Amino acid sequence: MSKVQIDTKANRDRLFDKMRTTLGGAVDAATRDQAVRKRLERHGRNLVPERSNLDAAGQLELFRVQAEAVSATVVDVDSHADVPEAITDYLRQHNLPARIKHGADKVLTALPWDKTPALARDHGPAHGDDAVSLSHAFAAVAETGTLILASGPDNPTSLNFLPENHIVVLDASTLGGSYEDAWDSLRKTYGEGTLPRAVNMISGPSRTADVEQTIQLGAHGPRRLHVIVVKG
Amino acid sequence: MDITSPAFKSNVKRALADPQLQRAMGNVKRGFIKKRQAAFDKLPEFDALRDQARDIKNHTLAHLDLYYEIYEQKVRDAGGEVHWASTAEDARDIILQICQAHGARTVTKGKSMIAEEIALNDHLEQAGITPVETDLGEYIIQLRNEPPSHIIGPAIHLNRDQVEESFRAVHTDLPDDRPLGEVSELVDEARAILRQKYIDADVGITGANYLVAETGTSIIVTNEGNGDLTQTLPKVHIVCASLEKMVPTLEDVSTILRVLARSATGQEFSTYTTLSTGARRTEDVDGPEEYHVVVLDNGRSDMLGTEFQDMLRCIRCGACMNHCPVYHAVGGHAYGWVYPGPMGSVLTPTLIGIDQAGHLPNASSFCGRCEAVCPMRIPLPKMMRHWREREFERHLTPRTVRTSLALWAYFARRPALYHLTSSMFIRALKLFAFGRARLKSVPLAGGWTRHRDLPMPTGQTFQEMWRAGGDE
Amino acid sequence: MPEKAPHVGLFVTCLVDVFRPGVGWAAVKLLRNAGCVVDVPRAQTCCGQPAYNTGDRADTRAIAEGVIAAFEPFDYVVAPSGSCAGMIKKHYPELFTGDAAWEPRAKALSAKTHELVSFLVDVMGMDTVDAAFAGTVTYHDSCSGLRELGIKEQPRTLLGSVDGLELREMEDTDVCCGFGGTFCVKYPDISNTMVTNKAGCASAAEADTLLAGDLGCLMNIAGKLKRQGSSMQVRHVAEVLAGRTDDPAIGEGN
Repeated sequence: MSKVQIDTKANRDRLFDKMRTTLGGAVDAATRDQAVRKRLERHGRNLVPERSNLDAAGQLELFRVQAEAVSATVVDVDSHADVPEAITDYLRQHNLPARIKHGADKVLTALPWDKTPALARDHGPAHGDDAVSLSHAFAAVAETGTLILASGPDNPTSLNFLPENHIVVLDASTLGGSYEDAWDSLRKTYGEGTLPRAVNMISGPSRTADVEQTIQLGAHGPRRLHVIVVKG
Repeated sequence: MDITSPAFKSNVKRALADPQLQRAMGNVKRGFIKKRQAAFDKLPEFDALRDQARDIKNHTLAHLDLYYEIYEQKVRDAGGEVHWASTAEDARDIILQICQAHGARTVTKGKSMIAEEIALNDHLEQAGITPVETDLGEYIIQLRNEPPSHIIGPAIHLNRDQVEESFRAVHTDLPDDRPLGEVSELVDEARAILRQKYIDADVGITGANYLVAETGTSIIVTNEGNGDLTQTLPKVHIVCASLEKMVPTLEDVSTILRVLARSATGQEFSTYTTLSTGARRTEDVDGPEEYHVVVLDNGRSDMLGTEFQDMLRCIRCGACMNHCPVYHAVGGHAYGWVYPGPMGSVLTPTLIGIDQAGHLPNASSFCGRCEAVCPMRIPLPKMMRHWREREFERHLTPRTVRTSLALWAYFARRPALYHLTSSMFIRALKLFAFGRARLKSVPLAGGWTRHRDLPMPTGQTFQEMWRAGGDE
Repeated sequence: MPEKAPHVGLFVTCLVDVFRPGVGWAAVKLLRNAGCVVDVPRAQTCCGQPAYNTGDRADTRAIAEGVIAAFEPFDYVVAPSGSCAGMIKKHYPELFTGDAAWEPRAKALSAKTHELVSFLVDVMGMDTVDAAFAGTVTYHDSCSGLRELGIKEQPRTLLGSVDGLELREMEDTDVCCGFGGTFCVKYPDISNTMVTNKAGCASAAEADTLLAGDLGCLMNIAGKLKRQGSSMQVRHVAEVLAGRTDDPAIGEGN
């Protein structure tokens, strides 16, 4: 596991002793334990804004509005079969080379690429010179137009950040209203109390306002984020 | 970072006389306040969420030891390690050890106020390791060898011509005649320069906005993507997190996330909110092989159970300083250390001592705007007042202030004597004023009359007139 | 609306008592016109903020005990100042937390303490005053009144009923003027920046007169405007609402 063995046990013990003394004073240990255990097991929802309490069509529209408000571009297609052409359309529109990189995601690999034979595809994590990457979103959140991407060989994390242009395929059926809907989806797939190495919540392309508070897109992450929503 | 908080007054003098800074602060004032208000207006549940965020943090702090036990195990389960640092020195040493164990030569850094607090960069450089700041604001101030002046926008005190000047001075490999007058040109240049550094870095160090006990997760909230490149590409990811970052569940963190960006920049959500859990899994094709979390105490555990505990709810959004008229007037550097503005005025004395940071909680008119916008409902003026109480108890309050206060209080506690004396006082003042309605200069009132005229009393005291039975 | 004539204890405030008693008379007139019986206990000096904000809780408590004792007999305590009313209402109870004798008394006093204009509107149910003021006016929202006591609409409601008065809102009405009690003399240069901004906003509003509900703010702003040679006049809002504007404005002579 780790190359380095650092012993901070003394610090740890001192800290925990102090915390236990200060915090555990008035309340008995069993009550405190219970409170923590219950909260973690239930992972109950706090107040969820009404905004995304809409039907599926409403949530899709909200997602689009919110994503566009943060400078993502969003198109819908009826089925997966339409995705390759939606991709080449996008690349042509922005004068981008006809070459994309994606991971081992089964939905992506199973797309009818024969429809776009001129499109070159590479597989794997991103390298410095990849111009366009393609990911398949795990889910999305209508509330703020946020995509949820999970790490793994299917959709390597580096594809979300290194290339200048990021295209994401989003199945409308995985779109939820709130972040809480996304947590529920993650738990269903990955289990309770655990997450993949990285979950990226992405709302639009990279930006900075660090110079004179002027917003500039494409700081270090992608300059462009294009979402292809598959409705079918 | 050098501490100049004791020199607050001379820092202020310099800041007020700096036209570049004053111009930049004008932008800060106008920009952030409007944006937060717009975000507030768009979310009807905003205030209710603030209340819940406060309650979540209070619950967490009350059970902090228990959550950390669970968190630590979860991190281990995910292939990561938690290291415990009591002091800034411990944290620096742990991080250096990890870097040295991997033979690190360059280290990329996402923005981390904890890294500033422990003065990590100097420590790494002294050991022959090059830290590269990747957040654009941090990168800019690293080039200029300046400390950050705001916890969200470290380079907020600079105008773009100053940034251009720095880029030209340092990026000497690039053609002299290249245009750099526009913000887009500056950002593009930073992007190009940093690209290869991300890829070459041996270790990536980030902060953490939150640690989640439920899953053993650290969360960073950014807009640039630099934090993500920093923590995904190198072989080793080190997270520096201070003790109060703990949050119980994913649901709890989403409540707090809802008020974070809105309070900080007016965005509804930051561009990238990333949840990191452990090291690369066997099936991963990218991501760090090692994941280390350094949990820093450095005085936080001492705040538990004290009148300053509420300050541990702070989520470092910056809303307080964005709305503070004192911060607007003097900028962040005047505060003299890592944390400026109202939150800095409460936190800094905890971390470096009230004897060094005494000016900070005193340089406030208690207007209350900070508390009014704090997403975690921290009673900042109240805690600044607690610092003044501590100073008073320890006789750190300046002697002249203490003496005049004691004198005044003597009279104020004795109404009959007070009324007699105040009547005499205004007679004297009126005589001294020779009938003028205001004075430009009054002995012992130099603090007032340096910048303002002092209106004179109009005649008798109200109490005198009331006792005399009538109006005028 | 109270049934029998409310018995109000006027908390004069140390600044009004010494520097501008006319504000006290304006308050008395407004309260009487609203149907209150007004008394002014002699045993009052100050609400204790100078000691409180310097960290001297002992002196603050001593002064507060005096205030509580002097004002307990009244139905209401009314102060022509958001900061003094705020001190009594919001901070006195906290000063005596855990004190079995004084905490209930502090809480009781807190419950019946009000700033003047918000008392007239929120408790006495007034929405008009019988006054005239031919001129343009701009209003500064003093911090304590605004943020501790929620005073924002009430003065505007009553000013709106003053015959001939035109209210011109300035930018940043809710930004601190830089007074802050001892702050303005402990950190005069920072205070100066703040009051210069406030004076700038006031001048830009192009009103003849600036009003507010706190004499500390008013003396600070008036002092700055006069130093700048401005002809803008500064008064306490109670003076206009009570129709007592024959007296010279703050910092002005006969």
